[in-house]
Amino acid sequence: MNLDFSAEDVAFREEVRTFIAENYPKDLRAKQDSGEPLGKDDYLAWHKVLAKKGWVAPSWPKEFGGTDWTPTQKYIWSEEQARADTIAVLPFGVSMLAPVIYTFGTEEQKKEFLPGIYNGEVWWCQGYSEPGAGSDLASLKTKAERMTGDDGKEYYIVNGQKTWTTLGQFADWGFFLVKTDPDVKPQAGISFLLIDMKSPGIEVRPIITLEGGHEVNDVFLDNVKVPVENRIFHENQGWTCAKALLAHERSGIAGVARSKRGLERLREMATTEMSDLGGPLLSDTFFKRKVAELEIDLTALEFTELRTLAGESSGKGPGPESSILKIKGTEIQQRLQELALEAAGHYGAPFLRDLGHNANIGPSYADGVAGDYFNGRKTSIYGGSNEIQRNIIAKMVLGL
Amino acid sequence: MDFSFTDEQSMLRDTVASYLADNYAFDARRTAIKSEAGWRPEVWKAFAEELGILGAPFSEELGGLGGGPVDNMVVMEEFGKALVVEPYMGTVVIGGGFLKHSGHAGAPDLIEKIIAGDAIFAFAYAEPQARYTWQDLKTTATKDGTGYLINGQKAVVVGAPWATHLIVTARTGGGQRDAQGVSVFLVDKSAPGVTTRDYPTVDGQRASEVTFENVSVGVDALIGAEGHGLPLVEKVMDEAIAATCAEACGVLRRLQEGTVEYTRTRKQFGVPISSFQVLQHRMVDMFIQLEQSISMTYMATIRLSDEAHERAQAISAAKVQIGKACRFVGQNAVQLHGGMAITDEMAIGHYFKRATMIEGVFGSTDHHLARYEALSFGKAA
Repeated sequence: MNLDFSAEDVAFREEVRTFIAENYPKDLRAKQDSGEPLGKDDYLAWHKVLAKKGWVAPSWPKEFGGTDWTPTQKYIWSEEQARADTIAVLPFGVSMLAPVIYTFGTEEQKKEFLPGIYNGEVWWCQGYSEPGAGSDLASLKTKAERMTGDDGKEYYIVNGQKTWTTLGQFADWGFFLVKTDPDVKPQAGISFLLIDMKSPGIEVRPIITLEGGHEVNDVFLDNVKVPVENRIFHENQGWTCAKALLAHERSGIAGVARSKRGLERLREMATTEMSDLGGPLLSDTFFKRKVAELEIDLTALEFTELRTLAGESSGKGPGPESSILKIKGTEIQQRLQELALEAAGHYGAPFLRDLGHNANIGPSYADGVAGDYFNGRKTSIYGGSNEIQRNIIAKMVLGL
Repeated sequence: MDFSFTDEQSMLRDTVASYLADNYAFDARRTAIKSEAGWRPEVWKAFAEELGILGAPFSEELGGLGGGPVDNMVVMEEFGKALVVEPYMGTVVIGGGFLKHSGHAGAPDLIEKIIAGDAIFAFAYAEPQARYTWQDLKTTATKDGTGYLINGQKAVVVGAPWATHLIVTARTGGGQRDAQGVSVFLVDKSAPGVTTRDYPTVDGQRASEVTFENVSVGVDALIGAEGHGLPLVEKVMDEAIAATCAEACGVLRRLQEGTVEYTRTRKQFGVPISSFQVLQHRMVDMFIQLEQSISMTYMATIRLSDEAHERAQAISAAKVQIGKACRFVGQNAVQLHGGMAITDEMAIGHYFKRATMIEGVFGSTDHHLARYEALSFGKAA
């Protein structure tokens, strides 16, 4: 039992740290620093650098572009990206869809879709949630009916509404769960379709969230025609794909490295902000205690994640402890946002969004903390709400 | 990075677990702790002779098994699962720790006796006026010829009724709460002037109020350098805290698993109460607390070999997690068992009592939060 990194791991850390420092796009860095909203090209700038280097999808199988890194190396990679405040590679194509394609897709589908995902040429969005299907995802209503087109080919005609489609406004393609058999139990009648977002009958409408951002969308599908060959896996077995997707890509789900960076920022804030008694806020008995408790919880989460990684390294696969990562990870992210908003004091209130981004009111570190807090409430709701996660642990781990 | 156990450590765990399964059932323990002696010397003898575990963390040159803190962790976690009261902590972890780290001339002989089961140690550090400030000492050791005279009173010395030796902190200089002037002494419990008032503790252990009245010891009783004992005390105390965390992991596991098991069999409204979501989520939160505690115990045990500052910060962080988990898991285990849990017959309540006492052992959650803050924020705060 030890915490030492091997000489190879130390060298690897040096290599990725240098790579990030030398290759992170300067324009993107400038926009991040000024808090300017990111456009489509910005989101893809880092992705494209990584694709060229061959590091965009470390977890994929080697034959499709994976790096064959050990779990420890993947951990180092996520730590170094957090340390350098890089933007995250968008998960929709790389982490969510690609594993479904390389696990369940045909050879043609792999050839057709994986390169576009890898290179960042095709922007994917997710069509899962519906207004009436949140935690109870299988109750979705969007339906797809088979028909033969005038060209003699087989199509699905898709009708329904999807929601919470993150960054769908930029999407070229989407992966959708649709009902292909309404007469069986919900999980048994679902299919997994890839849909060109330029298809006639698709409309993407923005949903503006509490912090004023446009990140999520409603997607309406009105008689959208989808070739049958765009279905992944068998008809009515899309739920299998969806479930596999949820189980994939556990590493990084806890966001430990990003939270560590967030904690550093919080401490910087609390060293500058003053307490009621004078002296830095970090000397305030009550505030200090909250930061200390958060730091300790984060350490516990970090070691739970490391234990999970060690389990993966020794070939045991993610143990039951990995189920905890989502719950604790998001709780910690939210507590960080909460404390940052508290620390900002009066200057948590100004809402500069409509003033443009060179408007400085109050200290720069206070800009955006309220937005982060309000937007951050999503993390315990999405990806299977934390209550659903507890259901999963109760059933799968405790056997209840 | 490696969180696996060596073959030796896995064997050690199996040996301890199987012995305790055969010899340390709940009823046997209950009879023992209610007996006049309050423990079973024959179990201690078995630890020494049959299992050989009293040498677990000592080097092979000293006659031990060549292990270290991880081996203590393994043993203590199994002890936690069975609520073992025999004094491994006082003797092997603390007594052994002082002897190993101090370079005391008598260490090899005494460690040999520990391993053989012939020497039993209790650590007399707490005083009635001091909470968890180890250097807050009214007990004094004054020069007397070539040796010292010890005077003072020590509070709740766990395991003292069974001990052959006491390790005593006393002031050889400085003011009552000064870091300088703290010295550590090894005192024969049968030495003239040592009197004890023995009593049971709420969690089934035995302890004593120990009074020292002009207890005369030679210069060879001094462990470590005179007046500079505090860093040694902190080091050994941190090792003891890590081992306590490991014990807590065993206790917490029994509380968590026992609760899951019980709710599956207990029926109300015609169904097992484990089918109620509000109870399921509570048990998931108990499970998360357990897993986080295991993670922190590994972390703290590995970091025992770090520099003093990092070591202390890691240990206090772990004790905070353990303290919170003991309260949350313990209270909820009782709540989910219902009234049965507060009867003396059922094991769960006894795990709850030990978990509750562990919260305060070697410093409460608040104490360790304050220590962590001082170490983590330093001058910034």
